[in-house]
Amino acid sequence: MTAQHSYWQLFTSVYSKDVTLAFRQRSEIVNPLLFFLIVITLFPLAIGPEPALLKRIAPGIIWVAALLSTMLGLDKLFRDDYNDGSLEQLIASPYPLSLSVLAKVFAHWTITGLPMVLMAPMFALLMNLDSQALGATVLTLLIGTPLLSFIGAIGAALTVGLQKGGILMSLLVLPLYIPVLIFATSAIDTSSMSLAYGGQLAILGAMLAVACVCAPIAISSALKVSVS
Amino acid sequence: MWKWLHPYAKAERAYQLCNTLMPYFAVVTVVCLVVGWVWGLAYAPADYQQKDSYRIIFIHVPSAILSMGAYSSMAIAAVIALVWQIRNAELAVIAIAPVGAAMTAIALITGAAWGKPMWGAWWVWDARLTSELILLFLYLGVLSLYHAFEDKKSAGRAACILAVVGVINLPIIHFSVEWWNTLHQGATITKFDTSAIDSSMLWPLLINIAAFAGFVGVVTLIRLKNEILQCERHRPWVRELVGRGE
Amino acid sequence: MQFESLNEFLAMGGYGFYVWLSFGSCAAILLALFFSSLRDGSKLRHEVRAQMKREERIKKAKQQEQV
Repeated sequence: MTAQHSYWQLFTSVYSKDVTLAFRQRSEIVNPLLFFLIVITLFPLAIGPEPALLKRIAPGIIWVAALLSTMLGLDKLFRDDYNDGSLEQLIASPYPLSLSVLAKVFAHWTITGLPMVLMAPMFALLMNLDSQALGATVLTLLIGTPLLSFIGAIGAALTVGLQKGGILMSLLVLPLYIPVLIFATSAIDTSSMSLAYGGQLAILGAMLAVACVCAPIAISSALKVSVS
Repeated sequence: MWKWLHPYAKAERAYQLCNTLMPYFAVVTVVCLVVGWVWGLAYAPADYQQKDSYRIIFIHVPSAILSMGAYSSMAIAAVIALVWQIRNAELAVIAIAPVGAAMTAIALITGAAWGKPMWGAWWVWDARLTSELILLFLYLGVLSLYHAFEDKKSAGRAACILAVVGVINLPIIHFSVEWWNTLHQGATITKFDTSAIDSSMLWPLLINIAAFAGFVGVVTLIRLKNEILQCERHRPWVRELVGRGE
Repeated sequence: MQFESLNEFLAMGGYGFYVWLSFGSCAAILLALFFSSLRDGSKLRHEVRAQMKREERIKKAKQQEQV
């Protein structure tokens, strides 16, 4: 193979393909956001509109809603490529699969995670969070949502070959999300008590770094199993 | 160094090894289970604080220990299966998973039955209980992933990958849950320290742990034999074996 | 022996329900797992045997056809 195409080019081409496809079909970006908004709306209706109560449970609600709406896009992450055969081409190509997988995960995050991070201030206002907690919410979402994409992609890769993988995938992935949920919500909690929450962010960052390195390997071997 | 292990990668040898090991595990299980339960239920002295309710410990602690032990052995088998591509190790993963799930379920049920008289609630969001529950989810995930695949070969490999991912996450989950618990409500149970236990209670506990370990061994071997037969059902040696009426 | 009578043993100092609930469910789960594993095995062997018999019958039928 000639070195005409660098690894960087592979990364950008896979990434831009996924993002362009998503932007052509706006619903893929808008639907998880709407879902996020609706889940958040349901809680005050179910629990009651007292501002103090909402403020107390806001971190948990925002994060659970974020988990659920990331799950929505995950099923599509490899499904279309699997169906039209381009996933097989990626596996057969001489380039490392983990790299193209990394690009796909980043694309998934750009499509579902990033809009959530950008919209987070609005959601935080809906839930009556004050400005300190608002910063923490945005920061935890910024570090946490790529982590969700990475872990979720493992589950998506394992179930892509199955007819009805969606529900099974959530069963596989949600228990693995628990540490992210715990640290993210506790960071928001501590920040609303105006304490330093750098520790939780650091742990989230460490988990993201580990996931960045390990998850692509797991995802690519899972994809090889699913496709074969 | 690995030479003596190599033959066991062959299904037939592994099957025979299962047969050889089975009686030992069976004897340990039956003897220890009978002795341990009778001793634990009838002869061990009552605890001065918890009275007779503490007798649940004789099944709660062994099942909790074995639930984690089974997961680690499952993960080791999964790593072996993925790295060296040994089919028998994959089968072992599938054989252990239901046993481990049963152990986890026992630990949870007995924990709840012990918690009700002691803490006044069937379930408290204690760190250990929560991580045990998550462990059950991980087991169920491996099992349902395996059963979702039509092709058992890729099913085994997928289950192995999930088991390895789970075992990497397990310490993180355990640590985070413990940390979450101390943050939210403070420790609810006094730590059960083995050195603090009187030998009249320690011995039946140890015997029960041996009994549960033996049970996990026996059932895993039975299930492993089934899996081997299932996967080699068209081979001549299986036919010969079944033809002999074994 | 810690208990004077069978009734006392069953009562477990007032905690009988919880103790017997956990021991009972434990025994139930262990037995269910054990017997279901055994049954899986015998079912499998039965299937293999049936398969062998079927193949033999097919073989015989083919031989008769040739004759």
